[in-house]
Amino acid sequence: MRLSLLADLNAQRAARRAAVLVTDTASGEQRLVLDDEVDSDPLALELQERLRQGKSALVEQDGRQFFLAVQTPPVRLVIVGAVHISQALAPMAKGVDLDVTIIDPRTAFATPERFPDVPVLAEWPDTVLPEIKIDRYTAVATLTHDPKIDDPALAAALRSPCFYIGALGSRKTHERRIQRLTAAGFSEQDIARIHAPIGLDIGAVSPAEIAVSILAEIVSALRKERRRSA
Amino acid sequence: MLSTDTDILQAAEAWRREGRGVAVATVIETWGSAPRPVGSHLVIDQDTNFLGSVSGGCVEGAVITEALDVIADGNPRVLEFGVADETAWQVGLSCGGRIRIYVERVD
Repeated sequence: MRLSLLADLNAQRAARRAAVLVTDTASGEQRLVLDDEVDSDPLALELQERLRQGKSALVEQDGRQFFLAVQTPPVRLVIVGAVHISQALAPMAKGVDLDVTIIDPRTAFATPERFPDVPVLAEWPDTVLPEIKIDRYTAVATLTHDPKIDDPALAAALRSPCFYIGALGSRKTHERRIQRLTAAGFSEQDIARIHAPIGLDIGAVSPAEIAVSILAEIVSALRKERRRSA
Repeated sequence: MLSTDTDILQAAEAWRREGRGVAVATVIETWGSAPRPVGSHLVIDQDTNFLGSVSGGCVEGAVITEALDVIADGNPRVLEFGVADETAWQVGLSCGGRIRIYVERVD
């Protein structure tokens, strides 16, 4: 592999763009196919299918074997609320290769001191979320308990194809949330996308334990088709 | 260093830029209950430092040995490991699966 090609591959990942590295396993010949070049590639149909599945695979064409190394954009976690649970969740999420961003308009909470090595945006979700493209590789967790901050984020998430939406709060809190979202025009089906109360039921108590339950639920949504009990 | 997919390929790039000889091993095909999915990477340098995995630790030693040859001669190759694979490496996958691994040098 040429170093320049490896650098391009890493750059595509950093820019959250899908790409496929095509390798002829016999000759070692390689090319990097960018997302917008897929349709004009000789292996277009195979590439489209593999990108859709997000899976790398060995394919054959004209008696030659090609390995398609599919690189989808890194999975991203948008955490709304620079709260205590978020301080535990952010480093754990990074540990499972999630690309973490924290949003909280309260400047006392949203400080780099509280969240080393994680981008923290001291902005309102409705201001900043349209700039962050919430794609199907994104999970959104709202953790502030404050409808003024959480609701606009949930609305943006519900209008997006993101693969996971979770909202912190008791069942009672969620009932009131459902009423507000219904009044805002969301259907029952839309609102059913929200995992609430957030997290797998593991009896979590401390912020770190709740972070484990949230992260486990996100992984479970991400790997849905592999689950034995799906 | 967390050894996630992002880290592994970034390490390969960084190591090469430092002037080290570097090889990338990638799982290209699996049968049965293989421990790591297709597309998983192991990055190796000339001094046998490595990051990532292509199995649950069962065949990494053999892949690293082979990677040193790839770093030396630059020719990519395909390795195959299976249960009780005694002919090639005296190593196999205890899970009973089989895997094929593509090893290439970063030039």
